[in-house]
Amino acid sequence: MLISRRTITGALGALALGASALTSFAARAQDTIKIGILHSLSGTMAISETTLKDVMLMLIDEQNKNGGVLGKKLEAVVVDPASNWPLFAEKAKELIAKDKVSVVFGCWTSVSRKSVLPVFKELNSILFYPVQYEGEESERNVFYTGAAPNQQAIPAVDYLMSADGGSVKRWVLEGTDYVYPRTTNKILEAYLKAKGVAPEDITINYTPFGFSDWQTEVTKIKAFGSAGKKTAVVSTINGDANVPFYKELGNQGLKATEIPVVAFSVGEEELAGLDTKPLLGHLAAWNYFESIDTPESKTFIEKWHAFTKNSKRTTNDPMEAHYIGFNMWVKAVEKAGTVDPDKVIAALPGTEQKNLTGGTAVMLPNHHISKPVMIGEIRADGQLDTVWQTKGLVPGAAWSPYLEGSKDLVADWVDLKCGNYNKTTKKCGG
Amino acid sequence: MTHAIAETILSAHLRLRAISTHAFALLLAALLLLSVSTPTHADALDEAFVKLYADNFQQTEQAVAGIAASGAPHAAETLDALRDGRLFANADAKRILYKTTAGDAFDAMTGGKVDNLDGFKKVRINNGVRRALDAAMGALGVGAADPQRRIHAAHELFNNPNPTTLPIIDAQLAKEANADAKSALEEARAAIVAATPGAGNADALRAIEALAARGDKAAQNHIATLAAKRDDPAIRTAADAAIARIDRSLFLWGLAQNGWYGLSTASVLLLAAIGLAITFGVMGVINMAHGEMVMLGAYSTYAMQMLLPASMTNWSVPLALPLAFVVSAIAGVVIERFVVRYLYTRPLDTLLATWGVSLILQQAVRTLFGASNRQVYSPPFLSGAYHWGGLEITNNRLWIILLSGAVFAALLFVLHATSFGLQMRAVTQNRRMASAMGISTARVDMMAFALGSGVAGIAGVALSQIDNVSPNLGQGYIVDSFMVVVFGGVGNLWGAALGAVTLGLANKILEPLIGAVQGQIALLVFIILFIQKRPRGLFAQKGRAVES
Repeated sequence: MLISRRTITGALGALALGASALTSFAARAQDTIKIGILHSLSGTMAISETTLKDVMLMLIDEQNKNGGVLGKKLEAVVVDPASNWPLFAEKAKELIAKDKVSVVFGCWTSVSRKSVLPVFKELNSILFYPVQYEGEESERNVFYTGAAPNQQAIPAVDYLMSADGGSVKRWVLEGTDYVYPRTTNKILEAYLKAKGVAPEDITINYTPFGFSDWQTEVTKIKAFGSAGKKTAVVSTINGDANVPFYKELGNQGLKATEIPVVAFSVGEEELAGLDTKPLLGHLAAWNYFESIDTPESKTFIEKWHAFTKNSKRTTNDPMEAHYIGFNMWVKAVEKAGTVDPDKVIAALPGTEQKNLTGGTAVMLPNHHISKPVMIGEIRADGQLDTVWQTKGLVPGAAWSPYLEGSKDLVADWVDLKCGNYNKTTKKCGG
Repeated sequence: MTHAIAETILSAHLRLRAISTHAFALLLAALLLLSVSTPTHADALDEAFVKLYADNFQQTEQAVAGIAASGAPHAAETLDALRDGRLFANADAKRILYKTTAGDAFDAMTGGKVDNLDGFKKVRINNGVRRALDAAMGALGVGAADPQRRIHAAHELFNNPNPTTLPIIDAQLAKEANADAKSALEEARAAIVAATPGAGNADALRAIEALAARGDKAAQNHIATLAAKRDDPAIRTAADAAIARIDRSLFLWGLAQNGWYGLSTASVLLLAAIGLAITFGVMGVINMAHGEMVMLGAYSTYAMQMLLPASMTNWSVPLALPLAFVVSAIAGVVIERFVVRYLYTRPLDTLLATWGVSLILQQAVRTLFGASNRQVYSPPFLSGAYHWGGLEITNNRLWIILLSGAVFAALLFVLHATSFGLQMRAVTQNRRMASAMGISTARVDMMAFALGSGVAGIAGVALSQIDNVSPNLGQGYIVDSFMVVVFGGVGNLWGAALGAVTLGLANKILEPLIGAVQGQIALLVFIILFIQKRPRGLFAQKGRAVES
C-alpha cells in the first residue's frame, strides 16, 4: 500500500487546522467574563432555588445577545451545592479560585449565605444575594437585592394590625429552625411588644428543615387562635416543608378569614404545585408579584416563558431581585471599565435600575436596595392579588432599630467604609 | 354631611339615568318600574353600590352589609359574584355588573343583560370583605330550602355574629324541622346574644345552655364575653359552670386528639419500618437503601398519575399500590442478587455497599425525573377532614392508618400461614439448621428481600400523600425506620408494631410540650439509653436457637 504525499500533507493540514481551532477556542474562552451561579439544584431547597439558576441563565443569554459586557461574552458557571450548607462554601471556593468567576449570584437560605461569607471575604469576590433575609448584616463583598426586615416582615405585621388586615391582636410566629426565622422572629417579637402586644399573645414555634408531620402544629395554631382575639400566623417556614404545611392547613380547614397565615418565603413558585383553593386569602409579603400589571413585568414574563419554552412557568420575587442585581452589576462593570472586584464594589452604590413594579431601585451605601413592599392574598389559581402596598420605595436597613445591640449600628461602605459602625461609640466593629 | 348629600344626588341621578335609558321600550320601563316599585330596596342598593366604586376594602365591607340588608332581588347573585371575583364596577358610568359562572354579564341593579364591558374593573376583595360576605351570606342563607345550606349559614353567623339577623333566626327556629339545623341555628343565636349586651336574662341563660352543648373553645369565649357584661348571679354561676365543663371536655378531647396523632405517626413509621423488619430480621442485612425503596414507591405513584388518562386521576393512588410493590420488589431483588448476596458474612461491607446503592438510586431518579419535587395528586377521598366530637380526623391520615393495619395483617398472614413464611421464620431462627432441613436459604433470602422492599414501595405510595416526592424522600425515613426496628426487637413483626406505636405516641406527646426539634432529640437520646440496657430491643428472641 502506497501512502501518497498528498494524503500525508492533507492529514497534516487537518491536524494543524484542528490545533488552530483548539488554540482559538482557548483564546476565545479567555475572552469571556465568567459568572458563577450558586443555587441548590437538589435537596430541600431545590423547590425554590432551581428557578433562580434558570433566570440567571436567561439574563446572561440576553446580555450576550446584546453584545455582552465590555465587548466580552458572559459565560455562566453553574454548580450544585445540594442544599448542603458546608458544600456551599466549598462550591463558592471552587467558583472563585478554580473557575475564576468575576461575580457570583447565589444562595437562598441565610445559613448558606453565612457559610460562604468567609470565602468571599478571603478571596475578595462579589456575591449577589437575591432573597429576603433577617438583616443584621452588611458585608463589603455582598450585595443584598432581597428585602431587609423593614422591607418585608415589619410592613406585613403592620398591615395585619391595621383595620384592613383584620386588626390582629394575637400572633403565632412559626418558623424553620435556623438563623433567618430565629432572627426575624426576635425582631418581630421586639417590634410587637413595642406596639403593646402582651407576651402571652405571642407564641413562637420552630420545626426542622423538611418537616412533614404538621398535624400537631396546626392544631396548636388553632387552639392558640381560639382565645377570642383575632389571631394571625407569621410563617418563616422555608423550603419544601411548606407543601405539607399548607396541605395540612387545607385539610384541617383553617380558613384565611379566621386565622390568616402570612408567609415570607412562599411565592408563586412554591404555590405552583399545590391545590390552592383551600388556601384562598392566605397572605404573602414580597416586593414583587407576578400578577403586578406593569409593562416591565409583562416583558419579563414573556421573555421567561420564551426562554423556558413553558408558558406555565411562574415568576417570583427573588427572580426580580436577580434581574435587578444582574443589571446593576452590568452597569457597575461598564462604569468601572473592568471586572476587578474592588473597582466594581466601589462603583455599585448609587447604581440605578428600573424594577418590574414601575419604580427605580437604587443600590444604597449599605449594599441593600430600595424596594416597594406588597402584601398579596393567595388566589384560587395560585397567583397573588396585591391587597396593600407602600406608596413609594422603602430603603433597605441592614440593622434593626428594634433590637438591643443593633439599633446603634449603621452600615455605609461609601463614606464610613464600615458595615457595622456604632453611632454612639463612633467606632467601626459593632 | 356633604358626602351624604352628594350620595343622595348621585343616586337620584343614577335612577333618572336608568329610567331615561330604558324609556324607549314601554315594556322595559314597566319592568323597571316594577323592580324599583319598592323604592327602599333601590335606595339602599344605590347607597351600597356607591361604596363599591371607591375601590377601598373597608368601604366594600360596608357595601356588602348594605347589599345584603337591601333585600334587593339580585343581592344573592351580586354577593356570590363578589366572593368569586365576578363582580365588576365602572366608577365613571356608576354601574355594577356581575358575571355568571358561564361568563354572561348582568347589571346588578336591574338584572338586565350587559354586552359592553368597556371601563369595568373587577371589584377587589380581601379577607375582611370575605368575612363580611360570610356574615351577609349567612343571613341570606338562614331561610334556604336546603338544610345543609341552613346549617352552613348558621355556622357563618356563629363565627360572625350579626345582631340584625336575630329575627330571621328566630323565625326559622320556630318552624325548623331538621335537628342538626336546629342546633346549629340555636348556637348561632347564642353567639349573637352573647355579642349583644342588651339581651334579656332568659335569652342569656338559653345562650349559655346552647354554647355549653357545643362545647368548643369558641363557645367558651362567647360564654366568657356574655358573662363579663352581666352582674346577675344566676347567669354568672351558669356561665362559670359551663366554662369549667367545657375546660374538662376540651382537655379530654385534646388527649384523644394527641392519641390519634400519635397513632397516625405510628402508622407512617410502621409502614416505613416493617419492610426493614423483614430484611433486617431475616437476613441480618443492614439495608441502607431501604429508604430508596420507599422513594421508588412514591415515584411509582407519580408515574401512575402521569400514565393514567385525566378521567381516571382519582384512581391513581389505589392503582399505584400494586405498581409500587412490584417496582420496589424488583429493585430489591436486583440489589440482593448483585450486591448483598456476596456480602452476607460481612455486615459492615453490606452497610457501605447498600449506602452506595442508595446514592446511585437517588441520582438515577434525579436524572430521570429531575431534582425538583414532583406533585402527586390527592384524590378527594384523601383530602379534607372528618369531625367527630372534638376530634379532627384528616382523611389522608385515616387511610394511611387503615393501609398500615392491612399491610401488617397481610404480612402476619404470609409469615404464619404460608409455607414461604414458615421457611422464612426457620431461616430467621437458625439459618444452618434450616439449610440442613432442605430449605434453599438463598431463595428465601431473595424472596424476603423482595417482600421487604415491596412493602417499602407501598409505604412510598402512602408517603406521597403527606410528604414531598423528591429523590431525598427516603433519607428522612431511614433513621426512623431503624429506630423502630431496633427498639422493637429484630426479626419480630409485633415488635416493630409496638416500637412504631411507642415512638409515634412519644413523639406526639413530646411535640406539644417541648417543640418538634427538641422532641426528636429527646427521642434519639431515649433510644440510645434504651439500647444500652436492652441491646436486643423490646422483643428479643430467646433460646438456644438465637444466633449470636
